[in-house]
Amino acid sequence: MKRIIVCLKQAVDVSQLKVDPSTRQLVTASAPRKISDFDKNALEEAIRTREKLGDVEIFTLTVSAEDAKAVLREALAMGADKAYVVNDASLKDVDTSGTAYILAEAIKKIGYYSLILCGETSLDSFSGLVGSRLAELLSLPQITSVRKVSVEGDVVIAERTLEDAIETVKAKMPALVSVTREINQPRIPSLMMIMKASKKEIVTWTNADLSIQKEKVMPKIELVEVLAPKTERKKIRITGESAAEVADKLAKALIEEGVVGR
Amino acid sequence: MEGENGMSEGRGVWVFSDKLDLALEMLGKAREIADRLQTELAAVLIGNNVQEKANELIKCGADKVYLVDNPSVEHFQAEAYLGVLHNLAGNYKPEIFLIGSTKNGKPLAARLATRLETGCVPDCARLSVDEQRRLIGERITYGGNAVAKVTFKTKPQIATVPARAFEKPEPKERVGQLVKLDVKVDEAKTEVVETKPLETSSVRIEDAEVIVSCGRGLGKKEDRVLLDELAGVLCGQVGCSRPLAEDRKWFSEWVGLSGHKVKPKLYIACGISGVIQHVAGIRDAKVIVAINKDEQAPIFEIADYGVVGDLYQILPALKEAIKKQLQ
Repeated sequence: MKRIIVCLKQAVDVSQLKVDPSTRQLVTASAPRKISDFDKNALEEAIRTREKLGDVEIFTLTVSAEDAKAVLREALAMGADKAYVVNDASLKDVDTSGTAYILAEAIKKIGYYSLILCGETSLDSFSGLVGSRLAELLSLPQITSVRKVSVEGDVVIAERTLEDAIETVKAKMPALVSVTREINQPRIPSLMMIMKASKKEIVTWTNADLSIQKEKVMPKIELVEVLAPKTERKKIRITGESAAEVADKLAKALIEEGVVGR
Repeated sequence: MEGENGMSEGRGVWVFSDKLDLALEMLGKAREIADRLQTELAAVLIGNNVQEKANELIKCGADKVYLVDNPSVEHFQAEAYLGVLHNLAGNYKPEIFLIGSTKNGKPLAARLATRLETGCVPDCARLSVDEQRRLIGERITYGGNAVAKVTFKTKPQIATVPARAFEKPEPKERVGQLVKLDVKVDEAKTEVVETKPLETSSVRIEDAEVIVSCGRGLGKKEDRVLLDELAGVLCGQVGCSRPLAEDRKWFSEWVGLSGHKVKPKLYIACGISGVIQHVAGIRDAKVIVAINKDEQAPIFEIADYGVVGDLYQILPALKEAIKKQLQ
């Protein structure tokens, strides 16, 4: 039997973020959380791989300082067999280096796996480093920017989107693959699947369960500030009786701006 | 306290990219930083028969080029390149290491940072140093809702830099030192089976001075001719938002945070609602025009000129108006 571990981040739903206009600070604490989009694509791909190959077990793995149960239930409803979460309040300021270290320790404790699937980056912090850091810590072959993946025997074959080419790469498993959003359209679980998921197991570990070394999770970077960008746009509405009139006014404005014509 | 010790080490600003153009772009900014820190600027060059390129790196600001010229590293290979950079950075301990944020470069930077047990700040659109010689990178985060300023607690300070963030400096005749290295090349853990060149237009959208871009407001694929015609008059290029490329597959690439970040003189957004991820990709445009049927569309909030109307009527009229007024 093959086992796929999908790394899932509980991310801030950036589409529902509010900004305090007086300070330009983001109001993240009250913003809803969800499975980071890219990770959902990774989970969907794991489920499709199981549908193709049959004998595949899917575990999800999450590292979070906050309660992540709702998000894990969704992953189980989509089709994961079992969810693991390393839940420890001390992880509030953990950075990509610490997150990858904890994921690696948790994966070592899980033990057996064939493939690790990650999202290429996360919806909220958008760093895109954890997958690579994890591959390094576990000394795994790594394939990034993947838009198509298949498993044949003990080999994973993946198509990568590069700047100027599509590259097909293969690696012997166990391996780590990071997927982009174009790889699939994640399913929405049915009521039936949601009901079934309530019986599935969520395993919760703390740092102590994994014998996490404190200095290894100390942040290596420091946030100086996080502020909404200033937008200084003219916001001029161009109106008119007809499309032709509007177009004339707009053309005139653009020529005056010096952005049209030589 | 470990962090403190980690910070005291290191000398020199380094630059590496698997794409030469990006390495040259980074050298401009890196030169500024090295001068400010009164330290040397080095570039790492890996490839086969690439010694000539070392001269280009020196002309664009490098004091020193570490050259690994070897047939086995002609093409990018993660383990080999990582091994080379790890060896070099481990021996010479740079204070700052800028790595090009390409599809291969970013994972490389992340793995190098892990191997060196240090921090990495990805996709920095701006870079500076503070009084304590710490590198500060600015990057877009929270799906375009915020810009984060991030600094380091460990060294080397590894930052990745996307293409077009900095201008390539004017090449000048300069004297630089070439350090040829013989290194052991680590064995690959992955195998490239096939490489198919992507069909991209000869001009990259990042280079376009004018972009006419469409979103969900475009009814069918064939209607892009409206945009093509306007772009033709404006000597510009046609782009789109993510749904048209990823969901409808009408285009192969898109403008936005997860696609191409552009900085044209003029960006005309047609039938694009203006979700924050798209806006993050066009923030550096000089002038933004929004054409949308929905007057509540958020795109109007970040536009210089807004037209509430049907792109099917406005675009042909705008093409005629510009043609007429430019005559």
